[in-house]
Amino acid sequence: MNVREKKVRFIAPDTLIGKRIQKMDAPEKASGKTRYIHDIDLPGQLYGKILRSTRVHALIKSIDTSAAKALPGVHAVITAADIVNQRPIGVAKDHLPLKTDKVRSLRDEVAAVAAESEQIAMEALQLIKVEYEDLPILTDPAEAIKPGAVLVHPEPHRPDGEEHLKPVGPVAFTGKSDNIAMRFDYCHGDVVKAEADSDVVVEDTFKLHYVTHCCLGVSGMIAEFDASGHLLMYSNTQVPFLHKREFAEYLNMDPGQIRIIQPAIGGGFGSKLDIYPFEVICVFLARAAKRPVKLVFTREEEFISSPTRQPVLLTLRSGCKKDGSLTFRQVHTLHDNGAYTSWGATTPFVMMQTFSSLYRVPNCDYHTIAVYTNNPYAGSFRGYGNLQATFAVEAHMDKMAEAIGMNPLDFRLKNAQDEGEISGQGMDFKSCRFKECLTIAAERSDFRRKHADNIKNRKAPGPIKRGIGIASMLHVGGGAKIYPSDGCGTILKLDDFAQVTLITGASEIGQGSETVLSQLVCEELGLPMSALTVVNNDTAITPWDVGVHASRTTFIAGNSALGAARLAKVKILSAAAKKFECPAGDLDLRGGCVIKAESGEVLTDLPRLMRNMHFQDKAELVMTTFYYEPPSSHQDKDYKGNVSAAYAWGTQVVEIELDTETGIVKMTKVTAAHDVGRVLNRLGIEGQVEGGVVMGQGYALTESLIVEDGVTRNPNFRDYKLVTAPEIPEMDIAFIESMDGEGPQGAKGVGEAPAICVAAATANAIYNATGVRICGLPFTPERVYRALHGKGEKLFLERPGNSA
Amino acid sequence: MSLKHDIEFTLNGVKRRATVPVDMSALNMLREVIGLTGTKYGCGEGECGACTILVDGLSLNACLMFAVDCQGRELVTIEGLAADAKADALRAAFVEHGAVQCGYCTPGMVMQASHLLATHPHADAETIKRGIEGNLCRCTGYKKIVDAIAAAGSADPQGAAP
Repeated sequence: MNVREKKVRFIAPDTLIGKRIQKMDAPEKASGKTRYIHDIDLPGQLYGKILRSTRVHALIKSIDTSAAKALPGVHAVITAADIVNQRPIGVAKDHLPLKTDKVRSLRDEVAAVAAESEQIAMEALQLIKVEYEDLPILTDPAEAIKPGAVLVHPEPHRPDGEEHLKPVGPVAFTGKSDNIAMRFDYCHGDVVKAEADSDVVVEDTFKLHYVTHCCLGVSGMIAEFDASGHLLMYSNTQVPFLHKREFAEYLNMDPGQIRIIQPAIGGGFGSKLDIYPFEVICVFLARAAKRPVKLVFTREEEFISSPTRQPVLLTLRSGCKKDGSLTFRQVHTLHDNGAYTSWGATTPFVMMQTFSSLYRVPNCDYHTIAVYTNNPYAGSFRGYGNLQATFAVEAHMDKMAEAIGMNPLDFRLKNAQDEGEISGQGMDFKSCRFKECLTIAAERSDFRRKHADNIKNRKAPGPIKRGIGIASMLHVGGGAKIYPSDGCGTILKLDDFAQVTLITGASEIGQGSETVLSQLVCEELGLPMSALTVVNNDTAITPWDVGVHASRTTFIAGNSALGAARLAKVKILSAAAKKFECPAGDLDLRGGCVIKAESGEVLTDLPRLMRNMHFQDKAELVMTTFYYEPPSSHQDKDYKGNVSAAYAWGTQVVEIELDTETGIVKMTKVTAAHDVGRVLNRLGIEGQVEGGVVMGQGYALTESLIVEDGVTRNPNFRDYKLVTAPEIPEMDIAFIESMDGEGPQGAKGVGEAPAICVAAATANAIYNATGVRICGLPFTPERVYRALHGKGEKLFLERPGNSA
Repeated sequence: MSLKHDIEFTLNGVKRRATVPVDMSALNMLREVIGLTGTKYGCGEGECGACTILVDGLSLNACLMFAVDCQGRELVTIEGLAADAKADALRAAFVEHGAVQCGYCTPGMVMQASHLLATHPHADAETIKRGIEGNLCRCTGYKKIVDAIAAAGSADPQGAAP
């Protein structure tokens, strides 16, 4: 022992929380070394391609695959007739991966090929001859509920024309006598009485359009069976454990025989939450060819056959008193379900929360009908119906404020929810600094002054008008109890060098989950980020997690990781307490060492302690597990209940310049104030908010998937306008730390929040600039110009009740 | 069977040969014939910039260039940049400034940024935004990418091309 070692060392307290932590996977990604699904090739791999319908709605009279099968290099050609017992997929189990006797939309899968190269597979597709007999098409959702409408699913789907598959699905699989895919009806209070008591009542119909995820990495997967018949899928899914179970059901396999590995994912945003036909077809091809099959979309295919955000036609009727208190809201929506049911149809779960609970509404009545059409079908997409609902709610907040002569900020503050309130729908707002979001966003953007000035300047000379608009949002921030469990598991192990492996069920889709989870563990164990390795992408290794959705990962997987780290810490400190003969409570972990909690004096470094624990008679390793299930509850049959353990709040103020001669709207600035519980990784959370704001900007101004007569007219980036770098607004972002009692280190979920109210605030900014209210999206120059010149579209929703 | 051509070119500083079908894109040659997967397919029609590479010092979309047209040219891909110490500052800036989320657009962005800084060493934010206009990103909202490129630019007083 030398003199240096005897020197007493102290470590001052430090924290990782709130710091700018670099994303752990960023160096690999910035070097082009990260392997996405597109970059992985297996030995002996074949390439799969899908033949899609060329008709919007038609009977399949015959399919001739003989020429394709005869092409050299083709290993398998399959149609529905080749698959025994094909089972329906999707939220309503109304969708057979390979279509049997009928196609119901242009994207429908008719046949598929596995070949030695992509070129051969494409060539083979062209050799498949399909005979169709066109059926009348149904592409207007308003027509779908009228008597005598074309029916999309009038009879049971047959797997192959034989009788041996009995219809088992609950909805359309058994056939339907109407086009109604789903209905949602919610109510609290008495809206009829409330309307009679209102001083002001307003009503408008809003039309929310098709947009799509546009993940830069196109969809794809690789399926492979091993010699025992076990299935391995390299998949981009956001919900690996749900998929494992569902694939087992669809393929009639034991779930134990299915393993899912997720390579790095090139963007998710909700698009990878359902099982799609291409995934099942890829497995069918691998089974038929007895070789690994890789199936990757083209960009055009991605636009045509990926799910969209849910398009909605919505009528909102709202009322308030002269003093500014809200009295009621009544909502009717018509969801265009498309030909099959995915998560889009279930967006009312989220929409009704915004109508019932963003502001204090004593009476609320909400009705959705989702109808089948021959259009593309909608899935889940960041915000999940909330962009649509918020667009309508916030338009009416401005409209009613103006009607009673109240400033729009004051009107919102009067009705904003407070901490400790339980909403009419049963949501328990344990941490809520909504009013601070409102005041801070307004102050930082100078909202009051600019709002008043812009109104004065509406009639001023010159074509350029300035506008400022405010909108807010409420979203789940502590998971969402939709599935039987909303939990996540963690396995944590420390090796002899105090290197930690964090094995988590939570998937990384680019949002930064592995970094924030590591940060929580390192904070607890007093280790640097470099001490962490994360394993998070293999169902054979990682414990169960419900998946990346509902802005839940930081909160749920964070609490799970934290739980495992706390158990490890207890174990480590009790071993240290024994060694140093002091109470464990006097010790702590900091800077990779065991220290005296009070003074920070170093007792030993952690690697040495780990080896002490390991290499002794009563040898032990530090390995812990933790499963976190949030203290939320399932909604009852009336959709009431505290579905999330915490709720996220936010206010955004959008500033625009509008050219009245061209209709061009330029978004100049977005001021955002979000109640995020607590900032964990400042770099990461800024990235989430900035990315969300710009996604919201695209929804508001430029993006539109144009679907005419069931045909997607702009399946490419040239005509589907994503926002590009020169168009982004200045962004001023404030984080309000409400320190949620249940959240990990006080944090709440934030993934979806920033995209939600941009379009709503932009609509209010356009009104502020011009005095014209536009109720349809996006605000393209043409739509704005027409509206300013009295040629705006007339929107009308016939209430289903009236037509029956 | 499509007609094939033998071509010779420089890739990331190393002379090499390849045999490519006449209708193959430079992107597919890089990914499938040569096996360098850092250059990404995003759209195949020059709209997204995920496949940005440098050809004779100019940045372009590899999906729009025929592989046979690489004959006699000098190509640099993200793998070439990754081996280039001078590009360290740029990559480090992307990491440090949070310019990477899903990362799929990132190699193309880094390539375009490297070209931009080679031609405009002290580019301001507006120039940078124009410079990466042809590169789409769905995750970040671009701000942190612009910040990263600006930092890498001003961090190099000589403005030497990476």
